[in-house]
Amino acid sequence: MAEQKNQYEALQDLYDEAHEHTINVGDVKIHAKRMGGRFRNLKWLANLTWIVFFIGPYLRLGDRQAVLFDIPNRQFHIFNITLLPQDLWMLSFVLLFFAILLAVVTALAGRVWCGYFCFQTVWTDAFTWIEDKLEGTPAKRRKLEKSPWNMAKTMVRAKKYSLWILISLLTGVSFIAWFTDAYDLWVDLFTMNASSTAYTTLALFIPGTFFLAGILREQTCFWLCPYARIQAVMVDDTSIVPSYDVSRGEKRGRLVKGKPASDDQGDCVDCNQCVAVCPTGVDIRGGQQEGCIMCGLCIDACDAVMEKINKPKGLIKYASWDGIMGKKELPILKRPRVWVYTAILLASIIGVVVGLSGMESLELKVLHARQPLFVVQSDGTIQNRYTLKVLNKQHKDMKVKISVNDEAYKGLIMLGAEKEIVAAHGTVTAVTVFVKVPRKNLTEKSQDITFTIKAKDEQGTEYKSDRVSMFIGPNR
Amino acid sequence: MSENNPFPDEGNTGHIWDDNLRELANPPPNWWMMAWYASVAFVIGYTVIYPAIPMFDSYNKAEVVEGGVITGGITKGMTGWTAIKEFEADWAEVEAVRKPYEDKIAAMSAKDILADADLSTYVEHSGKVLFGDNCAACHGTGGAGNVGYPVLADDDWLYGGTIEQIQATITSGKKGMMTAHAATLSADEIDTLANYVVGLSEGKSDEKGKALFQSKACFACHGMDAKGMAALGSANLTDGIWRFDEADKLASAKRTITHGVNHPGDAQTRMAEMPSFKDKLSEADIKKMAVYVYKFGGGK
Repeated sequence: MAEQKNQYEALQDLYDEAHEHTINVGDVKIHAKRMGGRFRNLKWLANLTWIVFFIGPYLRLGDRQAVLFDIPNRQFHIFNITLLPQDLWMLSFVLLFFAILLAVVTALAGRVWCGYFCFQTVWTDAFTWIEDKLEGTPAKRRKLEKSPWNMAKTMVRAKKYSLWILISLLTGVSFIAWFTDAYDLWVDLFTMNASSTAYTTLALFIPGTFFLAGILREQTCFWLCPYARIQAVMVDDTSIVPSYDVSRGEKRGRLVKGKPASDDQGDCVDCNQCVAVCPTGVDIRGGQQEGCIMCGLCIDACDAVMEKINKPKGLIKYASWDGIMGKKELPILKRPRVWVYTAILLASIIGVVVGLSGMESLELKVLHARQPLFVVQSDGTIQNRYTLKVLNKQHKDMKVKISVNDEAYKGLIMLGAEKEIVAAHGTVTAVTVFVKVPRKNLTEKSQDITFTIKAKDEQGTEYKSDRVSMFIGPNR
Repeated sequence: MSENNPFPDEGNTGHIWDDNLRELANPPPNWWMMAWYASVAFVIGYTVIYPAIPMFDSYNKAEVVEGGVITGGITKGMTGWTAIKEFEADWAEVEAVRKPYEDKIAAMSAKDILADADLSTYVEHSGKVLFGDNCAACHGTGGAGNVGYPVLADDDWLYGGTIEQIQATITSGKKGMMTAHAATLSADEIDTLANYVVGLSEGKSDEKGKALFQSKACFACHGMDAKGMAALGSANLTDGIWRFDEADKLASAKRTITHGVNHPGDAQTRMAEMPSFKDKLSEADIKKMAVYVYKFGGGK
């Protein structure tokens, strides 16, 4: 009896405020309650990963920015690697990797991206943290929202909005800084010398960040974000996600002062705290749903309540639907999806690694002229025309010698490559060459022909690249 | 009317007929009205800034735009913007990039342009449209040739393959000329000569044919060695390249000998005429085309 009384008293405050926290159906603004806990701490740690976004552009490597996506010059610098448009195919592997990573994480542990890492979640979290510090608890915030504009309200709102704008500005500048020299950018921005692209990007980012993270908040996840929907369908019965233990919690019911709980009452005391803390305003007790970003904050809230009433924690916990329903859970390694995803992940990593390791500093591409495919010369030789494209990725011009596998063709003559050509650095140099072979020495209508370029730099290092093309003649 | 409104609070207009038939006032939502006002403001702003309302017939008259200024139209716009002006500004940008090259091309000979690596690369890239518009219809893209039209990418030239000769050919045009021999040669003789010519192109010799070639004065145009003369545009008969249809070489040679080339009054005569581009292209453009053709791979 005494225990019953204590339990009720512990919950009294929560019951008093319970009516304030309503499920989000889009009609009122969601003001989530902030409280500490295990997942709250995890969330802070996850938020911290975004620091890289803000400080990354200021890293230097030698005399240039360490990571710079230099679009005007069509060069991506990622530490020691310089990527030219010719290497862009590797980007498809990188994108594939992240797409599948999203899928594999979601299949295993639900919307981890949404709950912990997504910029919408992180920025909203930061914005509402500021709001909480300035305007107080959800109850106060709601009251302030309804109150008429006066000096006090104006002051607190002005403070809040200017901090939000400051974060939005930093967000915009940091984004641009990945694409142009970060230090120059700050100077240029204030001296009005930055590019119009920079100002346009800022003009989009400042109101964009302010509106999405400050005003729209969870509505973005509900009604704007396509990933939310895609991720939702990737979750299945074996995914470990924040779940309400129905069998333990139901039949839910409030504790009543001075009355013992009925026999069929479950552990859920219906205090509404899980709804109160939810940043998207869903009721996890209704089961998995589209609005749940799986951030685990309801677990923190419920655990705190369970502690107060001396019941075991974990009424809401990370568990799979199979686990909640008491079914046998399939071990991770026996799930086909895990294997398929892992295989694709590996393939995309291998693609990038092979691409990066196979990057030559001198590359040759050969285009065989199509109109005409071949020309019969007056002495009966067959002439083919080729455009050789020499890509020089070094930081210096190179003298390049072009050769062809003439031992495979009797009487082959190459015109246009007698002298060494100068391949300008960081770009493609095109050379037109003609190859002549006596008709009688051709065995096929189309035969392979290999072009080779060789160059030597000042240190004596040799560079070589070859490319197979074809030599085409008349029908035999 | 409103004091005895049987349906208060539903926002009807007070017009009620037949007990319950009534007109409701459902104004569009605020955001819709704001968007509508914004659209109106946009239209007004647009009309003030840009030319918007043409006269009834002015928009389809060429002379409404003179030097970028609209002469017709009710509203001309405050900024003076016109699509033609924007086009001209863009065009000027292109011209500014080309000008240094074009100036040099105008001042230099075709041979010097060819020797200048920078300029000849410029011509190679910018000449494509010019060639496509003026030459490719007959000579094929890339100078691949067509049946009855010479290949430009090979090293066999009727009128010479030096850069100057190519330029001269484009400038003044050429008209091939060979008499029809139907009246002067017997069928047997034509047969012998045709066989001789086909043999020549395959590197064979034939004394009977050679004697006839000499006695009938074929050498007067085709040369003692049968290699043709650039000054006359006579074909080189000893190489493997055929000016006309080469599917059936013997029949082709017979037809050419019998009916000639551009022989007046002969319906079956060979047509071989290259028009003059003197009046169609500027001198600089002709130089560019000469360089462009030369670089197909056959220039000498």
